[in-house]
Amino acid sequence: MRWISQLQMRAQMLFGRGRASRHLDDELQFHIDRQIAENRAAGMTADEARYAALRTFGNRALLREQTRSTWSWRWAESLVRDFRYGFRALRRTPGFALSAVFVVALGIGANIALFTVFRSVLLKPLAFKEPDQLVTLFEGDSRHRGFHNYLPVDAGSFFQWQSATAGRAEMALVSPWQDYNVSADSGKLPEKVKAAWCSANFFSILGVTPHLGRGFTDEDDRPNAQATVILTNAFWMRRYGGDPAIIGKTIWLDAKPFTVIGVLPQSFVFSTSFGGNKLQLWTPVRHEAPPFLLTTFSDHEFLVIARLLHGESLPMLVDQLGALQKRIQLSHAEGSVHDGAQGRSMLDDAVASYRTPLNALLAATCCVLLIACMNVAGLLVARSAARSKELAIRSALGGGKFRLLRERLVESLMLSAGGGGLGMFLAWAALQWLVHARADMNRIEAIHIDAVVAAFTVAIVGFCALSSGLIVALSAGGKNVLSALHDSSRAHSAGTGRVALRRFLLVSEVGLTVVLLVGANLLLKSYQRLRSSDMGVPIENVLTLQVDLPTARYKQPVQQVAFFENLIAQVRAIPGVQAAGLVSTPPGEGWNGDQLMSVVEHPPLQQRDWPDIHIRGADPGYFDAIHLPLLSGRVFTSGERLERANVVLISQLAAKALFQDENPIGKHLRSQNGDTSYEVVGVVGDTRWDAAQPALPTLYWPIYGNNYSFATIVVRASSHAEALALPVQKVVASLDPDLPVYGVMTLREAIGNSIVDSQFDSMLVLGFAVIALLLAAAGLYGVLAYLVTQRTTEIGIRMALGAQRGQVLRLVLADGLRPALYGLVLGLVGSIAAVRFIRSMLYETKPLDPAVFANVVAILLVTAAFACILPAWRASRLDPIQALRTD
Amino acid sequence: MGKPNDLVQGTLDLLILKTLLPDAMHGWAIAKRIQQLSGEVLQVQQGSLYPALHRLEQQGWIKAKWQESETGRQAKFYALTAAGRKQLESETANWNRLSAAINLIVSEA
Repeated sequence: MRWISQLQMRAQMLFGRGRASRHLDDELQFHIDRQIAENRAAGMTADEARYAALRTFGNRALLREQTRSTWSWRWAESLVRDFRYGFRALRRTPGFALSAVFVVALGIGANIALFTVFRSVLLKPLAFKEPDQLVTLFEGDSRHRGFHNYLPVDAGSFFQWQSATAGRAEMALVSPWQDYNVSADSGKLPEKVKAAWCSANFFSILGVTPHLGRGFTDEDDRPNAQATVILTNAFWMRRYGGDPAIIGKTIWLDAKPFTVIGVLPQSFVFSTSFGGNKLQLWTPVRHEAPPFLLTTFSDHEFLVIARLLHGESLPMLVDQLGALQKRIQLSHAEGSVHDGAQGRSMLDDAVASYRTPLNALLAATCCVLLIACMNVAGLLVARSAARSKELAIRSALGGGKFRLLRERLVESLMLSAGGGGLGMFLAWAALQWLVHARADMNRIEAIHIDAVVAAFTVAIVGFCALSSGLIVALSAGGKNVLSALHDSSRAHSAGTGRVALRRFLLVSEVGLTVVLLVGANLLLKSYQRLRSSDMGVPIENVLTLQVDLPTARYKQPVQQVAFFENLIAQVRAIPGVQAAGLVSTPPGEGWNGDQLMSVVEHPPLQQRDWPDIHIRGADPGYFDAIHLPLLSGRVFTSGERLERANVVLISQLAAKALFQDENPIGKHLRSQNGDTSYEVVGVVGDTRWDAAQPALPTLYWPIYGNNYSFATIVVRASSHAEALALPVQKVVASLDPDLPVYGVMTLREAIGNSIVDSQFDSMLVLGFAVIALLLAAAGLYGVLAYLVTQRTTEIGIRMALGAQRGQVLRLVLADGLRPALYGLVLGLVGSIAAVRFIRSMLYETKPLDPAVFANVVAILLVTAAFACILPAWRASRLDPIQALRTD
Repeated sequence: MGKPNDLVQGTLDLLILKTLLPDAMHGWAIAKRIQQLSGEVLQVQQGSLYPALHRLEQQGWIKAKWQESETGRQAKFYALTAAGRKQLESETANWNRLSAAINLIVSEA
């Protein structure tokens, strides 16, 4: 059976090739010896016989090669040989090899890391059952009152939505911005945790089964049911050590008893565009929400998640809900009822704010990879130019073009593979850092390196190898073999062809670098603007701490007010405290409450036309503590509290919105929620509620009264406000040992947290731009140095004919700067086209900012000049006689 | 014979297989036998013999074994395989058909 013997032969050729080679030599030697013997038998002398036999035998080496060429696995043998030669060649020039590997590793590593993030965050589906059927629904408003049109939903509208779409979708309410004080028990400290209210069918809609215990039933989701809570896995592990006996136990939230009925699985994460990935507890919404909140149409405290049933489409559902919401708005006269509906898939909702930055970063890493590839290609071209004589000889001896091309490809493949391995390691390290540094980012838990990423790595390595190898091969040509063999390099013109290619590569490199630099500069400028955005108050040396009194223990307002007054008096007595005050929410720390207000003295308006004002509670000492300027009128007195707390201070924007130009002092305001009228006693300056958003009209009423059970302690020190954190917490603990203090941070830190995205993005792109700039500079230097070596004779002749050193310097410098200039122009044109894509990431910065472009031009020219100066200087220092002697 | 071309290569394979039909022999002996049997007309060059032998071995028509030769030295002896025998038959038939056709044309003129 032929195939058996064929298989045997193939195995033998694969594993016993060396032995077969020796046997072939023996076989041929045997033949020669027999021929010699025959010749001797015919009468020749020993020497004659030998020479005659060898003559008839012919070229033994050629015969051996021809015989070997019939063996199988020939392609493998030559491939292995190519790898061996390539490795040897690289080992001879370790500097070149290492720098090329490192450059490729940077490019590949950045791409792998970003691809992993991109795929995990944007592309991988959510970890729920049939996640493409899950959508998050919002309300919209045609009067577009906000910064985006995905607005939270009110419960009144939700119940109408739910009944109207009964067969088409399953809906549930969720309110992911609640929190609870978890009481101290068995040695653990009290803590404040973020929590969410949800409907009983919330978890079943998502398809989540609890890891322990059970989910909510309709029984639990009633106002007078027994209080139940479901813990997240992380909270259960951290606080209760993963104790399975937690089911059925009672824990105290806000000083009220709750029975733990379940623990969620570890893989469960719920992310929305309003946050949610820090949630620790879940409680039933109808049990926890105040009754008016469940029937109102004008207070929007919820998001709606829905599962589309068999074949329903999201746009149709949104249209139906939009029409329904419009009808609701027309039939309800109270203000702030929205008139539309919006929806998007749950995945889109979770990653909405990351799409553009990730796309921009992906573009940046692609640029870096291209630059790296081009740099390596340039280096390889230089090397092959140096070996042109060797290649010419091999061509003349019969080396096939493909054979030589394959060697180049193998060399660049080895460099790319080495760079790929190192890059994979760099990417892994970068991802570990990212997961730690940005744990706040939605879907950060989904980032894993898996098989698809590995396949992507292989593909990128192949791309890198092919592109640099092909560029080199294209430059080699094969023409001018004869002239390459000439000893004298004076007639050598093959170099200029290669240099043109390298110059082209350089122009592209510089162009890409310019694009990156422009992007980085814009993002950096945007970040600086954000960081120094005027909050309305000085933000240095201010510490904020938050407390939240459980209403179960502090039932009466009078108890709450007594606690706060006691607290602030003791805080003011701490040494080092310049001033202290209480406020419901400090500047820059979020939206936290707004109402429609109208002026009593003015003619009545439709409620929907009342201006929307931010509401803040403050104590009389707050304005001094935060240095909020009082523009007219007076601050509250200490007597204006509890029943006598119907006074307000309004911000300048509020004064303009409510009163236009007339004097607001002494007038009265009424809110949408009640009949109490508040007297305006003063006007203060504006502050921002978010560092990136413009200031909105704000009013302040006394925190001592007006139903405030929570407060932020604002403490100003002359310096090092952080040092006051511990004394203040001690004061709180002395008043109530079971009260957790949370959100302890300086005002600067709080604002920093809200702009961490901008900082992160700008730093990353800046890093890439710096890498790109260094690579481009190295490329410029390399090409120019090579050029100078090539033109040594020419420069010698010029000097001998009378050229001054300065002239030579300028000549070479101009030669080096020309590709840089072309690249600069190309890059600027490219940037103008590209920057409009990052417009949404910029804050108060125009995409086509002339200052930024001028900056980039300057940076690039200076760097290019630096890179070119050394070779140019060396050229000008040439001794003409030496230069003329050089071959 | 000059440089091997396609036709000659195929013919050489046929000759080698036929020579190996009676018993196994080494490369030198094969060349000598072909020379002998053709009446000193065909002289196989080493440059074509050994590549042909190794090719036939790779394809499984013949198999090789190292054994002691008539002079006492170790040599590589080739022998026909069963598949090789069948291949010989079909090659012979081919050659007969081909040479008959050529003869027809050549003897006509």
